[in-house]
Amino acid sequence: MRSIINYLKDIFLGVRSLLKGMKVTSRYFWSPRSIVTEKYPENRKTLVMLERSKGEVIMPHNDKNEHHCTGCGICQINCPNGSIEVISKIIDTEDGKKKKIIDKHIYKLGQCTFCGLCVKTCPSNALAFSTKFEHAVFNKALLIKVLNKPGSQLMKGVEQ
Amino acid sequence: MEEKVKDIDTDEQQEYIINIGPQHPSTHGVMRLVVSLKGETVKNVEPHLGYIHRGIEKMCESLTYQQIIHLTDRMDYLAAHMNNEVVCLAVEKALEIEIPDRVKVIRTLMSELTRIQSHELFWASYGMDLGGQTCYFYGLRDREMVLDIFEETTGGRMIVSYNCPGGVMYDLHPNFQKRVKEFLKHFRKVLPEYDDILTNNVIFHERTVGIGPLSLNEAISYGITGPSGRASGFSCDVRKHEPYSAYDRVKFNEVLYAEGDAFHRYLARVEEMRESMNIIDQLIDNIPEGPYAVKMKPVIRLPEGEYYQRVETPRGELGVFIISDGNKTPYRVHFRTPNFANLSVLNHLVKGFKIADLISIFGSLDFVIPDIDR
Amino acid sequence: MLTSFGIINYLSAQSGPWWRVFYDFTSLTKNIDAGLHNAMSPFWTTVTEMVIVGILFLLFYAVIGLFLVYAERKVCAFIQNRLGPNRLGPFGIFQTVADLIKLLFKELIPIKNADHFLFNLAPYIVIIVNFMVLAAIPYALGLHAVDLNIGIFYVIAVSSMSVIGVLLAGWSSNSKYSLLGAMRSGAQIVSYELSVGLALATVVILAGSMQLSVIVEGQRTGWFIFKGHIPAVIAFVIYIIAGTAETNRGPFDLAEAESELTAGYHTEYSGIKFAFFYLAEFINMFIVASIAATIFLGGWMPLHFGADNGFNRIMDFIPPVIWFFAKTFFLIWVIMLFKWTFPRLRIDQLLTLEWKYLLPINIVNLLIMAFIVLMGWHF
Repeated sequence: MRSIINYLKDIFLGVRSLLKGMKVTSRYFWSPRSIVTEKYPENRKTLVMLERSKGEVIMPHNDKNEHHCTGCGICQINCPNGSIEVISKIIDTEDGKKKKIIDKHIYKLGQCTFCGLCVKTCPSNALAFSTKFEHAVFNKALLIKVLNKPGSQLMKGVEQ
Repeated sequence: MEEKVKDIDTDEQQEYIINIGPQHPSTHGVMRLVVSLKGETVKNVEPHLGYIHRGIEKMCESLTYQQIIHLTDRMDYLAAHMNNEVVCLAVEKALEIEIPDRVKVIRTLMSELTRIQSHELFWASYGMDLGGQTCYFYGLRDREMVLDIFEETTGGRMIVSYNCPGGVMYDLHPNFQKRVKEFLKHFRKVLPEYDDILTNNVIFHERTVGIGPLSLNEAISYGITGPSGRASGFSCDVRKHEPYSAYDRVKFNEVLYAEGDAFHRYLARVEEMRESMNIIDQLIDNIPEGPYAVKMKPVIRLPEGEYYQRVETPRGELGVFIISDGNKTPYRVHFRTPNFANLSVLNHLVKGFKIADLISIFGSLDFVIPDIDR
Repeated sequence: MLTSFGIINYLSAQSGPWWRVFYDFTSLTKNIDAGLHNAMSPFWTTVTEMVIVGILFLLFYAVIGLFLVYAERKVCAFIQNRLGPNRLGPFGIFQTVADLIKLLFKELIPIKNADHFLFNLAPYIVIIVNFMVLAAIPYALGLHAVDLNIGIFYVIAVSSMSVIGVLLAGWSSNSKYSLLGAMRSGAQIVSYELSVGLALATVVILAGSMQLSVIVEGQRTGWFIFKGHIPAVIAFVIYIIAGTAETNRGPFDLAEAESELTAGYHTEYSGIKFAFFYLAEFINMFIVASIAATIFLGGWMPLHFGADNGFNRIMDFIPPVIWFFAKTFFLIWVIMLFKWTFPRLRIDQLLTLEWKYLLPINIVNLLIMAFIVLMGWHF
């Protein structure tokens, strides 16, 4: 007799647990507000990334096309996998001294791991992360970027 | 011809061998299990690893201690923060630096958030392994909220790279506390739903209760740590036994069960999510003020010697062993990863069970394959 | 020519507006039949009618199949808090059409060491079985291809033949995953046939006939699920469970358990041959739901209570076709909800469920129903 009661109890409890699960799923089915999908390409205009989001490394320039990079190469030393290459050149300044300035700050986005060490260790805060994340290109060479814009100059007063 | 007939008669030839993986939905990565079957019953499982071996330990030997951090992210990517933390703790221990309180609390908070998101993904993928695909989306839906918290503070979602020797990379975002509280409120609301869908489901019980039982002695001798070990009654929580960061000042229970089957391994993880929420509750309102990092020298040189540090990741005990010869790069780094140790018990657990149970047991041990191969 | 087909004859003979046809197809089909008889000899009439019916069913098969694939994707998306297909056309309704076109153009990968004849034959067996069952279902008053006097028996007998296709597919594709899937499917379908049969037999006792048109007509004063008290409800639940198992759908999708066997018996199929299996699964679901709707929920019969009253007449305003498809799609939705809620069973648990729970309950249920009918306790 007890076995029969247990048998029926098994069925009852089993069916009840199944119905509970179905209650949850059917409730979500009937509540379209709970949909969390973002319609990505459509919402590009309104999409706001979180401010610290690591999209790519950039070198901020001001209106006068000036940046902070002194070409010291600390970012290159700190980069764990050689994504940054700083090419500097020696120029003669107005007062006749020789000075090392940056020629090209090459950043290989394709192999960057976004560890953030370059941005953090830069002594003059020349680098920053941008939140741009759409990096897909058809040519791998396009992922090798020169961060300092052509004709840009070191901002006055940055150098120690 | 005769020889062939003879071969078929031997026992080994009668085994029905199928490959689960390297590309298989339920191995959660590139992992190959060579399964010998008799009918549907598993006779032997031979895991083949190394498909995603990247030589992280060797690479560490040529990187400075700051640079190692970003590689450790890529071992157990679901517990990236703990992987970072263990190296930082080892370096700090070697240098005998006093870490500010704020850093300790931040690290603990981040660790527990990481634990929640990792266990959520476990819950999600375990449901999917057993055939309930809806679980996966519910799990990921709620996990996104944690990842958003990470992104807001650290800039990375999964691969956070948030720690550095001496502290953390950036200060907490001003929204951090608000967001965490929002998440906890939401998560407390949906956890009963998780129970309705999976934990209390009768089919789920049938599939997991009594499947792949692991006794306490076996758990200790195989070195099974984390929730999988604690489900067998192995009290192995590093947070309790050897508190690091701010774990000595919070109260929480070590989730222990005696049964050690797949269901209790699952239950241990779900309960740990609740414990993690309690820990966060205790800390979130009293984050001490102070610096978020100790000023370190740009080049860190550890004194000559051997250093070991362990932390509790969502999958078990993660240890790092560093030998330093006084240079700016370590002489040798070894990681004692929980997944590698946990994998060793797989063959022992699945013998005699059905092939569907293999998936259930494999899922309940919650593997992250890149952590096994490193 | 067209006039002689009877359509225009029929339409001009109708007193009411043209959409009256949706309430009763009998006179339309009779008119067409008569028109064809006028135009040609009886032999060619039969041939033409068969061709017309065949084409209609082909179209119906494709439309229902594509719609169900779309519906399943949308239903599971909404359950899972997603949007589902939303790129092609409004709400993504053309997504399945695009998928079908893609599958048509895909390469049919030849399998080394496969039994090619059986390998190619298997999808067609599954499809043909589907068509054979579809023919026996009454879609509306007068919209019924063959009204066999052993309709239910025919449906049970024919639908269990699809296991042959599955077994052939698994065996002939020379893959270990496929073979395991096929063997599971064999054990599963053979067991669950019993429950399906017994659950339907419960209603046959109540209806007193195996003819589907008679069964539907018998529900004019109330659907059998209401007429038959609790035994009918139990039989209905058992039929839905066993039917889900018979169609190899989750939580009983062991035959293609993707987390264990990648894709089970159709692992090695590609292109349109895979599409056949895929479509067949959905049509099977439609068949199970429509049989359940016909037997338990009155088929095309509107919701009636008692002999003749105002409520019944209000319900009669909705055409039978809509009643039939509404019931069927509701049941399909329930079956989909099963799949997207529950984890999968293991093979031995699947058989335990059948032999330890469903079958004994079913037999007791059958006895109770017989007793009720004997005592005349039903409505």
